[in-house]
Amino acid sequence: MAERVVDRQNQYLRIESVTKRFGDFVAVDNVSLSIFKGEIFCLLGGSGCGKTTLLRMLAGFESPTSGRILIDGQDMSGIPPYERPVNMMFQSYALFPHMTVAANVAFGLEQEGVARPEIERRVREMLDIVKLGEFAKRKPHQLSGGQRQRVALARALIKKPKLLLLDEPLGALDKKLREHTQFELINLQEQLGVTFVVVTHDQEEAMTLASRIGVMNKGQIVQVGTPTEIYEFPNSRFVADFIGSVNMFEGRLIEDEPGHVRIRCDDLDTTVFVSHGISAAPDARVFVAIRPEKIEMTRGQAAEGENCVGGVVREIAYMGDMSVYLVRLDGGRTVRVTIPNIERHEERIVWDERVVLRWQPSSPVVLTQ
Amino acid sequence: MATSTFAAVSTALSAGRRLVTAVPYFWLAVFFAVPFAIVFKISFSYMVPAQPGYAPLFEWLEESRRLVATFNLANYQVLLQDSLYLNTFLYSLKVAAISTVLCLLLGYPMAYAIARSAPTTRNLFLMLIILPFWTSFLLRVYAWIGLLKTNGVINNTLLSLGIIDQPLVLLYTDFAVYVGIVYSYLPFMILPLYSNLEKHDLTLLEAAADLGARPFKAFFKITLPLSMPGIVAGCLLVFIPAVGEFVIPSLLGRTDQLMIGTVLSAQFFGARNWPVASAVAIGLLLVLLLPILLFQRYQQRELEASRR
Amino acid sequence: MNDRGLFRKSILGLGLAFLYVPILSMMFFSFNNSRLVTVWDAENSPTLRWYVRLFENEQLLGAAWISIKIAALSASGAAILGTLAGLVLTRFGPFRGRALLSAMTTAPLVMPEVIMGIAMLLLFVALEQMIGWPEGRGLLTITIAHVTFTMAYVTVVVQSRLAGFDDALEEAALDLGAKPATVFFKITLPLIMPAIVSGWLLAFTLSWDDVVISQFVSGPGSSTLPMEIFSRVRRGVSPDINALATIMVLIVATGVVASTIWMKRQERKRALEEQMARSDTP
Repeated sequence: MAERVVDRQNQYLRIESVTKRFGDFVAVDNVSLSIFKGEIFCLLGGSGCGKTTLLRMLAGFESPTSGRILIDGQDMSGIPPYERPVNMMFQSYALFPHMTVAANVAFGLEQEGVARPEIERRVREMLDIVKLGEFAKRKPHQLSGGQRQRVALARALIKKPKLLLLDEPLGALDKKLREHTQFELINLQEQLGVTFVVVTHDQEEAMTLASRIGVMNKGQIVQVGTPTEIYEFPNSRFVADFIGSVNMFEGRLIEDEPGHVRIRCDDLDTTVFVSHGISAAPDARVFVAIRPEKIEMTRGQAAEGENCVGGVVREIAYMGDMSVYLVRLDGGRTVRVTIPNIERHEERIVWDERVVLRWQPSSPVVLTQ
Repeated sequence: MATSTFAAVSTALSAGRRLVTAVPYFWLAVFFAVPFAIVFKISFSYMVPAQPGYAPLFEWLEESRRLVATFNLANYQVLLQDSLYLNTFLYSLKVAAISTVLCLLLGYPMAYAIARSAPTTRNLFLMLIILPFWTSFLLRVYAWIGLLKTNGVINNTLLSLGIIDQPLVLLYTDFAVYVGIVYSYLPFMILPLYSNLEKHDLTLLEAAADLGARPFKAFFKITLPLSMPGIVAGCLLVFIPAVGEFVIPSLLGRTDQLMIGTVLSAQFFGARNWPVASAVAIGLLLVLLLPILLFQRYQQRELEASRR
Repeated sequence: MNDRGLFRKSILGLGLAFLYVPILSMMFFSFNNSRLVTVWDAENSPTLRWYVRLFENEQLLGAAWISIKIAALSASGAAILGTLAGLVLTRFGPFRGRALLSAMTTAPLVMPEVIMGIAMLLLFVALEQMIGWPEGRGLLTITIAHVTFTMAYVTVVVQSRLAGFDDALEEAALDLGAKPATVFFKITLPLIMPAIVSGWLLAFTLSWDDVVISQFVSGPGSSTLPMEIFSRVRRGVSPDINALATIMVLIVATGVVASTIWMKRQERKRALEEQMARSDTP
């Protein structure tokens, strides 16, 4: 299996201050973004955040109200979709229902005027890659959902586009198939070396597929980073809240040193000690975000000290691989804690037990916006 | 959110797009919109006993170098003052209204029954409803003459069964016109009703039953209000053309009371009074303007709804 | 539940009887020997006498031929114009004058025929006066009038078909390098073909059937079949018209039944194939 080669020097796709308005509605708001050659870049956001509009502008179905898009150094303004070195895999797959699988895959090459024997050879090759060789003569309605998805992929990839755009590529598949397909998609991308831009609302999908993620909200890109960066170091309350679940506490900065900070939170009976510095005005209002799995829970009364609070278990949700606990703190706030179910017969903490919650000084993230 | 694809690539396409738009636009403008303007114009003209049967509205007088316009409002005065016209207008509206109600009363239960039957038989019933529509409208109206006339099938049957001993007068009556209109337009009532009723979520009725509503009440509280768009569409599709109906009253209707469509063509072909006929047409159009606009709004909404 | 089912069945039965008894009785009496048509002459019936008479009637046969020509021509014209109008209204997005086009395409659906007829005739008279075309009234004027009032039906059918299929299909073709004209001929047209065909058939039937508008815009020597029938049946029932009606009903019924069965088969085959595809391995 090939290693994914991401050329960080090559800003293959450059989106420069692109804005798109529909009447009064700003769908995409001054977005600038660089995507490197060979990477899988995920645009992640809720519905109506502008991610699909941005993708459609890359494909050429919409034109930016202002700003420009460059692919491999070439300005795309005014270039219609049928002349762009870009192909797209549609959310609905958009397979032509009146054509066979082979004819669907051949369609793009026919438009280029490639010779018939060459088309046939390349279609056969492509269908073998997506393991659909024996289905060439079938019509789309004679395929299962997973097979259709692979035909759509083959059809989009056969023209060797500089950029493959994928709109919710796994959205129409059921959960089991989705996981399997995710890894297939990554393998294929590494094998062919095509740059992928994926649009999705599913954070799990984004996390597994992407080399980098751009989180979008209200038409703007709010954070760009690797999956780990996005999850572990969200730069805003929106991102922290949108990706995974998080416990958020409002507080005031009481000590600000280059190597650590201390924060007094209104809802916590303890000060939060964080072992990394932040850039904020002294005395500023800040938010402390702690992921549920980073909190350690033990039976007993709370001890004095930092990063340590006491509470009572109010709700337990058993999820199989882990359990979610909702703990009511003595101050009144409810905190979410997840505990992996490592042993089958361990004595689990149950309802109404008094517990102590602790976390490492490196765990909290301090957010100023 | 996404606008049309073709709209998005408009820069590259505008020439072709304009051509594609222009062809049907031009056709409809010339052969549909302009004719109405001409009818409107002629309705203000004086009748002249020559071909064409009307005087020009505007005349360029060479000697005085002036454009002279002669408007004649008399055609509309005739319309309002001559009781013949007012009478036929009202009669046409009455006939159309009664026929529409009868059509609804027959069509609704039929559409309901089809929509609630098993999916396999549903298509068969639909085909049976549509089939007569594909056969000649004229011949289907004609068929009723054979049934309704004095020695027709209905009278012969009733006489031979001894139910009556005098043949009934059925043909050339209001009744015959109602039957003819209901018969001809029934598919137009059933189809929009069916397409509405078929989409209903049946769990709504289960929910109503669960909350204590008897089937009868559930129908009036749930099904009927939800099928209102279908009812309106069906009624308009029957009512509007029925007001101007010409063939049915000519073949089955009374001879002492004409409908407006008959009067219109009599004025046109018989009396050859084109200006008055035009005024009648404009009058009819004005009466039907509101229903036609209503129908267009419905049609628009249906199309929007069928779009995802 | 059971008596409600019974109620439904009986209302359907009554309604269908209402729809079919007149047609069937008309067909039945076409085999009656009696001139009185509806009085069954048991001794000499059934007979094919009126069918023979019908095929000897040159006037009716000539009118039928005229009607077929007009119907085929105007249905084709209506199919082309209606498809274009449907395409413009569903795929071209908002443009200036769209509302007017949309109004002009739906109005003929409900416009009383007498109004359409009078308007068309006055237009042809005015055109002839102004530019000398069309010269007189005849096949051409009837065809133009029929195209105009039937294209609305094609537009509606095509529009609902276009609205029902995914515009991502067209986008996908553009994305794969097809120019807009290619997209139309390779993707859009094949997909809306069923709608265009049924629109054509609808337009053909409406044109074939029309008497009112034809009467206004026809000229000497261009009597269509419905016009001939109309002038005859105004004078009462006549047995050869029954024979004609029987033939027409049988042709239409065969066509409709055959196409329904064919579509049903296609549907079943498709459903089966889809089911098999689902049970395949992914």
